[in-house]
Amino acid sequence: MATPKKKSASKSAKSIDFAAAPINQQLSKEEKIDLYRTIIGIRRFEERSLRAYNQGKIGGFLHLYIGQEAVATGIVSLMEKDDHIITAYRDHGHALAVGMSMNECMAEMYGKYTGCSKGKGGSMHFFAPDKNYWGGHGIVAGQTPLGAGLAFALKYKGLKGCALAFLGDGAVNQGSFMETLNLASLWNIPVIFVIENNGYSMGTSLKRSSAEENLAHRADGFDMEWEVCNGHDVYEVREVANRAMKRAREESKPFLLEIRTYRYRGHSVADANHEKYRTKEEIEEYKRTKDPVNVIRQKLIDEGVMTEAEAKKIDQEKKDEAEASAKFAEESPYAPRSEIQTDVYSEVDNDTEGKLKGTYFFND
Amino acid sequence: MALITYREAIKQALDEEIQRDENVCIMGEEVAQYNGAYKVTEGLWAKHGDKRVIDTPISEAAFSGLAIGASALGVRPVIEMMFMSFSYVAIDQLFNNASFCRYMSGGLMNIPIVVRGPANGGTNVGATHSHTPENMVANHPGLKVVCPSNAYDAKGLMKAAIRDDDPVFVMENTLLYGEKWEVPEEEYIVELGVANVLKEGEDMTIVSHGRCAMLSLQAAKTLEEKHGISVEVVDLRSIRPLDEETILNSVKKTGRVLLVEENKPYCGVDAQISHIIQLKAFDYLDGPIHRVSSIDAPQIYAKPLEDWQIPNEERIIEGALKTMA
Ligand SMILES: Cc1ncc(C[n+]2csc(CCOP(=O)(O)OP(=O)(O)O)c2C)c(N)n1
Ligand SMILES: [Mg+2]
Repeated sequence: MATPKKKSASKSAKSIDFAAAPINQQLSKEEKIDLYRTIIGIRRFEERSLRAYNQGKIGGFLHLYIGQEAVATGIVSLMEKDDHIITAYRDHGHALAVGMSMNECMAEMYGKYTGCSKGKGGSMHFFAPDKNYWGGHGIVAGQTPLGAGLAFALKYKGLKGCALAFLGDGAVNQGSFMETLNLASLWNIPVIFVIENNGYSMGTSLKRSSAEENLAHRADGFDMEWEVCNGHDVYEVREVANRAMKRAREESKPFLLEIRTYRYRGHSVADANHEKYRTKEEIEEYKRTKDPVNVIRQKLIDEGVMTEAEAKKIDQEKKDEAEASAKFAEESPYAPRSEIQTDVYSEVDNDTEGKLKGTYFFND
Repeated sequence: MALITYREAIKQALDEEIQRDENVCIMGEEVAQYNGAYKVTEGLWAKHGDKRVIDTPISEAAFSGLAIGASALGVRPVIEMMFMSFSYVAIDQLFNNASFCRYMSGGLMNIPIVVRGPANGGTNVGATHSHTPENMVANHPGLKVVCPSNAYDAKGLMKAAIRDDDPVFVMENTLLYGEKWEVPEEEYIVELGVANVLKEGEDMTIVSHGRCAMLSLQAAKTLEEKHGISVEVVDLRSIRPLDEETILNSVKKTGRVLLVEENKPYCGVDAQISHIIQLKAFDYLDGPIHRVSSIDAPQIYAKPLEDWQIPNEERIIEGALKTMA
């Protein structure tokens, strides 16, 4: 039997001061404040998008990341030039963390032409290749082989980087993910699979969906290293992820990282049932003791990095920015109907000289 | 007759079939304790328990294949795809195993499963969640597929599908779940392979299926009132098997045909119907066959654009006027 590669860090988490880890020690004051800025920014942006959804301005699905902000923020803060990232439909946090603007994200949710995908993708399908962000994917776990592919390309091209493929605790039960784990390990691909374990896949608790609740242990079956950590403290996320990312870049090895986190809202806003499959107390307890916004705010104040007043000011700035993004989205136009059939084929879009042969579109 | 929703009609069918046959069970994501993502199975787990109404992990390939295997020994699983779009991760199981096991065994095996769930756009959720794969299913001999357009058909076809000894896909529609129709209290079945003439007419025939059949019916009324065109509307109900006779009889009567479906046009269901009509009723046609399909591109997210991309009354009327020209 394979011996576990790594022990869970979560058990001893309380005793470890992650702020003291070298990767966090080396942060400048401004960089630390930036972590807070990103986390609170995601929170305020999503709260504003929720209001827009409730007002009927945003339709379809809205999967909020509220409660999980420190995960994307911490990991993205470690990304280097040749690191790439891909995630599922709960993608707003990752998008803002990589530096997408609130305007383009909000406008996309409104379905507007000024959105990051011209209103073609929507809330679940944000993309920003210029920021090494490859989506935003609606089919559970469908993004995981793509993440391995990003890493494969890095290795193929001799670039020193890693790919980060995020997925949920429910997504681990898709065949595509398990196939990908094997490939990644077999081929020594520098990909880090980040399971954002928020305890639920829609209304199904982890216990009811996975036979082995320690999801990271699956890596053992593929001779892959793994680790488990908490997701509410951005310092902890950074400390653990940094080691995995460094190793991937330097040794071209995959890694399975399970991060224990929590979502405050329903699976999507349409999930009105979410206090039926879990208790109000469970939600309140997490908010009270582990809220990622409060945790980093308090740490930075205690460290003397920022004052209460400065924290408030940043919070207000982010509220204003979110408000402005809603106004921007509201005032933006929809794409013209002719845009329905652009961006389907690259060759057609770029066929400025009309040289393509054959018929591409088939409406009467 | 009771006025009930499309959702309720499907639930009644499932409920009644679970009670009728101890081999019928339901399987899928969130179908039991959560009462179904779209509440189609609401109350069934409470009523019938863990053995008959089963929550699965997000493992469509596994539970589809498992259903096929179980059906070989006489279990009759009804598997729910939360969206028919998610059946794409189970394509090998459904399009290889479910469709070909009978053939490859020389008729020794049969696969009495039902694959059900919503297959529609128009809900502002983007390209990955808006597929209408009835044409893909129909392209696989061995599979059957039906697309109920109303509550009556949804109940009757679901019961027929469950009792059928072959794999049957039932394509539902989230935009219809909350709509109401008259449904009899007593037991009935809608046989596979029987189309329904929703409205009789003289000047032209619209052939359609699923929610588009309802849109076509609305458009037909407008065409009659505003343009004085008498339209016959044929609702296919069943895509494979296909009721060619009803289609051809109508075409022979009117001489003009408009085909309306939410599929993308290339190799859509209507491509096959068009072929059948020109082959078997060529001499009866007074003009070319026209189609209204979804605009040929992945599903766009933006709501007003998506509402234009999929067939709507305005586009159907435009198509009908072209057909009459
Ligand atoms: C193949 C597939 N099956 C089902 C769904 C519907 N669905 C979307 S998210 C989800 C739950 C996923 O849970 P998890 O992986 O834990 O991620 P979380 O939503 O908690 O972030 C389900 C069942 C889907 N999008 N794709
Ligand atoms: Mg989850």
